[in-house]
Amino acid sequence: MTDISNAPNSLRTQPDERGHFGQFGGRYVAETLMPLILDLEKEYRKAKADPEFQREFDYLLRHYVGRPNPLYYAQRLTEELGGAKIYLKREELNHTGAHKINNCIGQILLAKRMGKTRIIAETGAGQHGVATATVAALFNIPCTIFMGALDVERQQPNVFRMKLLGAEVRAVESGARTLKDAMNEALRDWVANVHDTFYIIGTAAGPHPYPELVRDFQSVIGRETREQIMEAEGRLPDMLIAAVGGGSNAIGMFHPFLDDKEVELVGVEAAGYGLESGQHAASLAGGFPGILHGNKTYLLQDEDGQIAEAHSISAGLDYPGIGPEHSWLHEIGRARYEPITDDEALASFQHLCRLEGIIPALESSHALAAVEKIAPTLGKDRIIVVNLSGRGDKDIFTVAKALGVEI
Amino acid sequence: MTAHKDDRTASAFARARAQGRAALSIFITGGDPTPAHTGAVLDALVEGGADLIELGMPFTDPMADGPAIQAANLRALSAGTKTTDILAIATAFRTRHPDVPLILMGYANPMIRRGADWFAQAIKAAGVDGVICVDIPTEEDDELGPALRAAGVHFIRLATPTTDAARLPAVLQGSGGFLYYVSVAGITGKQQAAQASIEAAVAHLKSGTDLPIAVGFGVRTPEQAAAIGKVADGVVVGSAIVDLIGRYGADAPPHVKDYVASLRAALEQKELAR
Repeated sequence: MTDISNAPNSLRTQPDERGHFGQFGGRYVAETLMPLILDLEKEYRKAKADPEFQREFDYLLRHYVGRPNPLYYAQRLTEELGGAKIYLKREELNHTGAHKINNCIGQILLAKRMGKTRIIAETGAGQHGVATATVAALFNIPCTIFMGALDVERQQPNVFRMKLLGAEVRAVESGARTLKDAMNEALRDWVANVHDTFYIIGTAAGPHPYPELVRDFQSVIGRETREQIMEAEGRLPDMLIAAVGGGSNAIGMFHPFLDDKEVELVGVEAAGYGLESGQHAASLAGGFPGILHGNKTYLLQDEDGQIAEAHSISAGLDYPGIGPEHSWLHEIGRARYEPITDDEALASFQHLCRLEGIIPALESSHALAAVEKIAPTLGKDRIIVVNLSGRGDKDIFTVAKALGVEI
Repeated sequence: MTAHKDDRTASAFARARAQGRAALSIFITGGDPTPAHTGAVLDALVEGGADLIELGMPFTDPMADGPAIQAANLRALSAGTKTTDILAIATAFRTRHPDVPLILMGYANPMIRRGADWFAQAIKAAGVDGVICVDIPTEEDDELGPALRAAGVHFIRLATPTTDAARLPAVLQGSGGFLYYVSVAGITGKQQAAQASIEAAVAHLKSGTDLPIAVGFGVRTPEQAAAIGKVADGVVVGSAIVDLIGRYGADAPPHVKDYVASLRAALEQKELAR
């Protein structure tokens, strides 16, 4: 976990003691959950200071997840784009194929510390569900995954994976039957089972302390990147680029660099069919601050505060909100956020397959599409690191369908 | 508790108490089945004998609600219910029923969308007496509490089975109207709490406040209402009524009125049995 800098002007000391990042974040939950959230925060503070907790976390990341994963110089992609030098942080090489597992390891260790005997989680495409089911199997704790009924239909391979790992998958029939509804249902379950249940939230959002602890568990990405780029180039990169749904892979990469003002931070939001179509998942570009799922953050919503349905070809980005720390970084201008459409992401998905022999997740393909736009505008002496947050094997059916291929 | 003549909420509890019974508070979702039909349902609640009305502000993501009220939210939103409709429903209700307290219940986002001050002033002008907001706990009071109190609208807090003695004073800080005891750790309209646990909880809450205590979540039948009415100052029934609106739609008012009357009779019988 991160050593929080004590420098007075540090951007890395957020959130404040009430869980606020500027005006964002906070603990907007039902009273029933409040004592539990406070307890979780207390337990997390203790765990953070406990060398044994840190040792177990590090051990599992190394021997179970397979960290550190490489920082890979993508030479062919760099040459093709003809500008800045591009490195890929290979989170897709982790066990279960994405960055999600880093956070799940941390949270299940917390659950064990707190004596909880049941795990719940929400999932959209199923990646966080698979990662949660994985650690639940490893720690022999029963686990229930809430997944929108529509996503259950669309993501049968991941549903089967979760079941193989011993999880119960509960199809959520309410609302639009996607990720947002799965999260509502997980919260409903949690409120009814607070005494024995730990909720492993999959992204750096939700009520405090989740945005903070998920960020801390994911910050291993940025810390490794820092060491590896120093080793490879002897200096920090000029730019970091990562896709943002809830934003856990991006905040994990950005956070250790927040105080390095010379490193530009670029988050990539899913623009779906285009911002002007109204069918997208770009909460910062197309939303307004509001309160949902325990935190205050930018949300896609109408003038009455009703939450809009998001759209993205990438199920992992298909959510109408964003983690509160990103809202704050956006508002203070420390990070900038670029929209990338479904079509742009699809093109970059295919480019990376052909150029580097790596099948990227559709989420990560959004970050790659931003690189394709930005790298050619920068000189060859500049360095960009992209978070390749997940592998794309899970997405081949979606991509085939979009390309009109029958498989 | 002294009932102030300008405080409809306090007066409603005082009237019921003077009759030796608990007050009956009924929840429905605003705009269910449509904004145009909500007024007639509200009238039926009053005619049936409701002492207080809780009007739900529909929301796309009702995280604390069970299937019955989730469905009501969807019906209201599908019928095109807007915040302006909720304000119009409240304003019209206040004209027809000058003395019946009207409480808005819902989630934070629709309440703060145009700013907390805008909301507080708009609902005050519409004749609303109090607000129950599920997802603004005392820790986030700044979001809405100061605006409501400045406008003279009660911010009615929720206490739950997980609210322990150490936490209760913080929950009560800045709260008004009454204290809403959520009798089960869970969502609306599902399981029912054991009577003994409710009695213990109400006694515990009473030791911390002079506000009336109303008990809700999982209260469906006249029998349950009567039992809870023996120990609490108020009983809240929501999902059972909302189910009737779901079943009968625009024809719901007579059914709703009869059911509310049966709840009210049960509360009054308790007084006779004493």
